[in-house]
Amino acid sequence: MSDFTSNFWPLFISAITLLGIFGCALLLWITAKVKVVSTSGDNTSGHVWDGNLREMNNPLPRWWVWLFVITIVFSLFYLVAYPGLGSYKGKLGWTEVNQYEKEVATANKALEPMYAKFTAMKVEDLAKNPDAKAIGERLFMNNCSQCHGSDARGSKGFPNLTDHDWIHGGSPEQINETITNGRIGMMPPMAAMVGSADDVKNVANYVLSLSGSMHDSGRAGLGKAKFAACAACHGPEGKGNQEIGAPNLTDNIWLHGAGEAAIIKRINEGKVNQMPTWKDKFTPAQIHVLTAYVWGLSNESGK
Amino acid sequence: MQSLNTQSSTYNDTVVRQFSIMAVVWGVVGMLVGVIIAAQLVWPELNLGLPWTSFGRLRPLHTNAVIFAFGGCTLFATSYYVVQRTCQVRLFGGKLAAFTFWGWQLVILAAAVSLPLGYTQGKEYAELEWPIDILIAVVWVAYAIVFFGTIGRRKVKHIYVANWFFGAFILAVALLHIVNSAASPASFMKSYSAYAGVQDAMVQWWYGHNAVGFFLTAGFLGIMYYFVPKQAERPVYSYSLSIVHFWALIFTYMWAGPHHLHYTALPDWTQSLGMIFSLILLAPSWGGMINGMMTMSGAWHKLRTDPILRFMIVSLSFYGMSTFEGPMMAIKTVNSLSHYTDWTIGHVHSGALGWVGLVSMGSIYFMVPKLFGQKQMHSMKAIELHFWLATIGIVLYISSLWISGVMEGLMWRAINADGTLTYTFVESVKAKHPYYIIRLLGGTLYLSGMLIMLWNVLKTASNGKSAFTTIPTVAAHA
Repeated sequence: MSDFTSNFWPLFISAITLLGIFGCALLLWITAKVKVVSTSGDNTSGHVWDGNLREMNNPLPRWWVWLFVITIVFSLFYLVAYPGLGSYKGKLGWTEVNQYEKEVATANKALEPMYAKFTAMKVEDLAKNPDAKAIGERLFMNNCSQCHGSDARGSKGFPNLTDHDWIHGGSPEQINETITNGRIGMMPPMAAMVGSADDVKNVANYVLSLSGSMHDSGRAGLGKAKFAACAACHGPEGKGNQEIGAPNLTDNIWLHGAGEAAIIKRINEGKVNQMPTWKDKFTPAQIHVLTAYVWGLSNESGK
Repeated sequence: MQSLNTQSSTYNDTVVRQFSIMAVVWGVVGMLVGVIIAAQLVWPELNLGLPWTSFGRLRPLHTNAVIFAFGGCTLFATSYYVVQRTCQVRLFGGKLAAFTFWGWQLVILAAAVSLPLGYTQGKEYAELEWPIDILIAVVWVAYAIVFFGTIGRRKVKHIYVANWFFGAFILAVALLHIVNSAASPASFMKSYSAYAGVQDAMVQWWYGHNAVGFFLTAGFLGIMYYFVPKQAERPVYSYSLSIVHFWALIFTYMWAGPHHLHYTALPDWTQSLGMIFSLILLAPSWGGMINGMMTMSGAWHKLRTDPILRFMIVSLSFYGMSTFEGPMMAIKTVNSLSHYTDWTIGHVHSGALGWVGLVSMGSIYFMVPKLFGQKQMHSMKAIELHFWLATIGIVLYISSLWISGVMEGLMWRAINADGTLTYTFVESVKAKHPYYIIRLLGGTLYLSGMLIMLWNVLKTASNGKSAFTTIPTVAAHA
């Protein structure tokens, strides 16, 4: 997309830029040339302010004039070499985007041979390879730890990657898919489907009972029938469904908070949670190494 | 109370006195908040877990207090003092001048309340919400009327160079403030910018860099051009240099803003223009430094005995240093290392503490005894002590942030053989800890100097009483 809305603006910009630069040069030239004649005989302009404020007629310091000239000349050369004058692209064809793309391409090319031996290996074996593990850890620390924590144990809203509880599946293929394309977890607000506020509370207690958490057994009993609304995704036994990213409710692991109040909030409000896609940032080989690292976090013996 | 007769024959120094005292008071407040947030960076617990005392809200309070309260009051005080004396006429619009004082104090109070409460437009150095922005605009127009009204009825034919700079500063700040603060109000204390996306960013940094260029440079050059030759009792070095560097400076600064947005969504051509005009800005900036420094020729020995002159000359040295550093940091390759690091904070403070702070202090020390009918400040020893505390404080502050800034920039770009980053972000934060302690120490020294100044100024004021200076008749040859 062009930066300009019409052909007038690039011309306008170029014109005022060059006028500005040459204007500075002209100002400098004229002032350096004009010999100020002192009428007062003491090399001052003869003007006096506030009793004793005067100004002398000293010429511009030579070195300073040259400093000014050098910056002007440099700027003109820069404008020939680089984009700056409206839509003129510059002799070097440089843009910040192509600088980035070139740097990334050069780096990826240099890394290719190193990654080549890793791509040939299975994730299970890679997880045991100390070199791959070290690279995977660095990739994780640079890119994943911001959400999942430097110990990969996550925090509220960000899954723990070390606990064998996989929302979207823990096989190497599933982890690779999660990193490559990202995931969107979506639970709709369910209060209307469940019934009254009291029904919601009952279902929450039933959900708590599934993992043997503290609950009101009377309410849990009443909530069991209403759980049918939830079973569509979480399954009749509440064990979840990795195909659609519905969490297991029986394992006492609570991504968005434990306890009755937190569960009621989720039933009433639903939740959309997102892991971004990484395929634009990483090469497939890097994702392969990272997959092995993440898989290895909960499969340390490589079993 | 002065009679009408003496009023027309004396300078209006009441408003100068008010602004001078408040400049020192707000200086203490603003620098204290600066020391508090520097301490928060060392010990995050000092955020106290409260929204009102968190770094994010106190930081704009610090910048607004030092720039617009301390710097602003100094500029009002000195420009009113200078314009009357160099035009040899009483300040135009007595009531209007008083309004600029009370209006500006109201702006400062509104900022001091609204910023900790979390009201912000989210634009750096332009955080204040729209009702306060409108008040600023009104006060500023009144300021322009008072200043140019005084120029308009001057008794001296030629306009003194200090007034060129004050005039440019007043006009440019009006333009910058009104354009950048254009917003549509959504409710009381909430508004949305008139610009979107990268245009908004560009307008913001056009404003932001010229806030530095006109508020903190042109205005303070105006101060320099009066108080340095006055204190040194020497003529300004070169009238020609004044002309070239004035016009080149005010023209070129207007273009330099894009260097704040290198390697962003801003189009390449805009970034290039920001960079080259920042480089061209080097010579015009140094023109001011040379003119000030060379004014000292024949009077260098005075530095040994005159601490006020020392404030001014060291201030000019820091001005020269930071106006060299600025163009260098505007070069894209340098900027890719320095941007987003503490180096930028160090750079700003070598200008703010070194240039703006020291020249303000020097000029206030010059004016206060005269304003209160005293021969000199209550304690010259205290000025001496203030000078050394401030200078050592600045050196500690900027050198620690140079080191921590360059270090963190290098850590961010360090890459392993496998293409991953060598350091995680938090490692760079951890590495900066010792330098943050040194910076806090530097800031504390600077603040303690300012506290001594407050004591010295209040002592001088209470020892004397408001003086009325008779306007001298204009000499025939002027």
